[in-house]
Amino acid sequence: MSDPILTVSGLGKRFGGFVALADIELQVERGERLGLIGPNGSGKSTLVNCLCGTLRNETGSVAFDGRKLDGLPAYRRIRLGMARSFQLPRPFASLTLAENLRVPILYATGGQGRGMAVERRCESLLEMVSLAEKAQKLPGDLTQIEMRKLELARAMASEPRLLIADEAMAGLSPGEVDDILALLIRLNEQGVTIIMIEHIMRAVLAFSQRLVVLVAGRKIADGDPQDVVRQPDVVEAYLGS
Amino acid sequence: MAASLSINGLDAGYGAVSILHGVGLTVGEGETVALLGTNGNGKSTLMKCIMGMVRPSAGTVVAVIDGVRYDLVGLSTEAIVDLGIAFVPEGRRLFPRLTVTENLLMGAFRRAARPSIERNLAFCFEIFPRLAERRKQLAGSMSGGEQQMLALARALMSAPRMLLIDEPSVGLAPLLVARTIDKIKELKEGYQLSVLMAEQNFTQAIRIADRGYVIVHGRIEFEGGSAEALNNNELIRQFYLGA
Amino acid sequence: MRNWTFVSVLIVVAFATFFGTRLVGNSYAFFAGYVVLQYIVLATAWNILGGYTGYVNFGTAAFFALGAYSTVVLHKTVPELPLPLMIAVGGIVSGAVGIGTGYLTLRLRGTFFSIATLAMAVVMQTLVTNWSFVGGARGVYVIRPDESPIFDGDYIEYLFLVMLALSVIAVAVARAIEHSRLGYGFAAIRDDELAAEASGVPTLRLKLIATALSGGFMGMAGAPLPYYVTYLDPSSGFSLTYAVNTIAMPLIGGTSMWLGPVLGAVLLGTLQQAATVTISSALSLLIVGVLLVVFVIAAPKGIIGWFRR
Repeated sequence: MSDPILTVSGLGKRFGGFVALADIELQVERGERLGLIGPNGSGKSTLVNCLCGTLRNETGSVAFDGRKLDGLPAYRRIRLGMARSFQLPRPFASLTLAENLRVPILYATGGQGRGMAVERRCESLLEMVSLAEKAQKLPGDLTQIEMRKLELARAMASEPRLLIADEAMAGLSPGEVDDILALLIRLNEQGVTIIMIEHIMRAVLAFSQRLVVLVAGRKIADGDPQDVVRQPDVVEAYLGS
Repeated sequence: MAASLSINGLDAGYGAVSILHGVGLTVGEGETVALLGTNGNGKSTLMKCIMGMVRPSAGTVVAVIDGVRYDLVGLSTEAIVDLGIAFVPEGRRLFPRLTVTENLLMGAFRRAARPSIERNLAFCFEIFPRLAERRKQLAGSMSGGEQQMLALARALMSAPRMLLIDEPSVGLAPLLVARTIDKIKELKEGYQLSVLMAEQNFTQAIRIADRGYVIVHGRIEFEGGSAEALNNNELIRQFYLGA
Repeated sequence: MRNWTFVSVLIVVAFATFFGTRLVGNSYAFFAGYVVLQYIVLATAWNILGGYTGYVNFGTAAFFALGAYSTVVLHKTVPELPLPLMIAVGGIVSGAVGIGTGYLTLRLRGTFFSIATLAMAVVMQTLVTNWSFVGGARGVYVIRPDESPIFDGDYIEYLFLVMLALSVIAVAVARAIEHSRLGYGFAAIRDDELAAEASGVPTLRLKLIATALSGGFMGMAGAPLPYYVTYLDPSSGFSLTYAVNTIAMPLIGGTSMWLGPVLGAVLLGTLQQAATVTISSALSLLIVGVLLVVFVIAAPKGIIGWFRR
C-alpha cells in the first residue's frame, strides 16, 4: 500500500455556466508514468492549470505528497516539487538559455545559490537536453524542438518530483518526438513521476504505464493503456456517436 | 456543374513547425469526401492550405471548375472564393453583431454572386426555415446548432461549386451534429456540390461520405475508396487511438 | 566589475563632477546641473519598475510631488531638520504609498496598470490642491537658506551635492539589482509573468518591491525641490513634464541596464537646459517629442540597444 504522490478528489471547475471539469478523481503513484488523453475541449489543460495553481478549482481538493494544496498560489506549489512545462513554450525572451534556467534554480529550489554552483547546475541541465553549446544564445535563435527541450529543462531546473508535460511534442517530426520521448523516459528513470498529456497516440502508448481519459470534463477511463483504447466509451468519444 | 480538386505532395506548416508531409487527395465532381482524424493531426492546416490562408512549402493544389484548370497555390483567399470554392470555417466564425440576413448578405460578396443575391437569399431561407424565422436576430445570440446552419447558408450565398467544411460538429451536442450532417447531405444533393469535409466524428461523417481519408500526424495513412471500405470501426479506431 | 569597485568609481566621478562644476565659476551651472541629476534619479527609479520589471508607470509626478510636499510639511513643522533626513522621510512616504497603490493596482496587467498609475497621480494632485496646510492651490513659499551647512559655499552647491549623492546611490542600487536574484525575478516577470509564476517567482511580492524602490527613489528626488524652486504649487509639482521626461529618458537611453536612464537623462536634460537658456523653455517639450519619435523609429531599444547590434 504505497502512498501516492498526487491525490485529486472530487475536483470541479466552472467558467460561469460552463462546467469545464466535474468530479475528477485521480491518484498518481510515485515514479509512475501516467498518460492523460482526451478529445479537444475535454478539460485536460484546465486540469493541469488547477493542479498547478494557475486556476482555482471550486470543488474538490488536490494533495501533493500528502499535503493539501488548496488555495496555495502557483509559485508555492512548484517549490513543493510539482513542475509543469507549457504547451506553447514560454521562454524568457530577453534572457540567455542559461539565464532562463537560473530563474527556477534561484526561486524554486531551496538554495539561494551563489555563483559557481548555479552556473554548474545550468550547464548540466543544458547538457541533459543537448543544448549546452547554445547556453549564451537567446530563445529567439532556437528551433521549435530546441524550444521544447528548453521548456523541459526549465521545468527540471526546479528539481521536481512530479513533472506535468503538457503536449510537449505537438508539431514535432517523428524523429523529434522520439528525442523528447527518450528524454522523458530518462527523467523518469531518475525518479521523477511524470504525467504526459498528449495527442500523439503512439508516443502516449509507448510511454504510459497507465492511461487516463478525459471527455467533456469527466474521467471516463483509467487503466492499462492497451485496454483503455479499446474501451467502448473511449472509442465512441473519439470516433463519435 | 460541380468542381473537382486534386492535391499532390503537399508539405506545409507554421514557421519552423511542419504539420503536413506529402499529403495527397482528390475530390471528384459531385463527390463528398471526408477527411478524418483527431485533433492536432493537420486537418485544419490542410483546409487552410486549400483556401490560401497557409502557404505550402511544397506540392500542388489544383481545382477544375467548368472545365478550366486553376492552380490554387499562391492565390489569395478572396481569389479562391471568387473561383467558386466556399469555406465554412471551424468554429463558424460568424459576425456576431450582424443579423442573420446581414451575415448571409456578407456571404454573397463575390461578384459573380451579386446578381442573384435576392434569389439565393430566398433559397437559403427555404432550405433553412429556422433561419427565416430569425432573419433579424443577431447572429451572436443564436444557439450553436443555429449558428452552424447560418455558417453553412452563408457559404452557399456565394453560389459555390465546391464546399469546404472544417469540423462542423465542434461544440455541438450529438443530436445537433446529426442534424447538421443531414443538412449537408440535403445541400450537396440540391446544389450538386462537391464537398470536402474535415471531421473528427467518424460515425457521423461516414453517413454522407462517398470516400474518405484518414490523416495521422500530418500524413494520409488510409484511403477508403468507397463508403463500405470506410465503414470499418476497428481499423479507424487503430488510426485514431494508436492501437 | 564587482559592485563595490563600481561604487568607488561612481564616487570618484561624482566628486570630479562637483569640483568641475565649481570651476565653471557661474552658479547657474549648479542650477542646471541639479535638474539633470534629478532626472538621473527619476529615470533610474522609473526604470526599475518599467524597464526591469515591465510595468510602465505614468504616475511619476505623484511620487515625485509627494516627496516635495512631505518636505513642505517638515519645513513647516520641524524646519531645523537636516535635508538628508527630510529626503529619507520623503523616500519612506513615497515608498509606502508605492506599496499601497501597488497592492491595489498590480493585480491588473499591462495597460490597465499603467492607466491606474495615471489615475493615482490625478487623485494625489487633487488631494494636495485641497490641503491648505501645504498651501493648496495658492502654493507655498519656502525660504532657501543662503549658505551650505557643511562646506563653504552657496546653498545651491549643497543641493547639487545632495542630488549628486542621491544619483550615486540610485545608480548603484540599480546596477546591484541587475544580476542579482531580485533582478532575475524582475526580468522573468517582464518577459512572461505566467511562466515566472510557474518557475517559482512570487510575482506580486516582487512587483511590490519594485514599486516601493521605484516610488521611494522618486520621492527622494522630489524632496529637495521646495528649496530649489522656493515656490511650489500643485500644478508645477505635479507637472506632466516630469512623467513625460521620466519615461522618455530610459526609452531613449535604453531600458535594459543602469546606463540607459543615465544616458537618456544626461542627453535630454542637458538639451532641455540649454534650450531653456538660449531659446525658450517651451522648447523643452518639443525636444522630448522629437527625440522620442526619432528613437522609436530608428533605435527602439535606445542608445544602448543601438550599440549592441
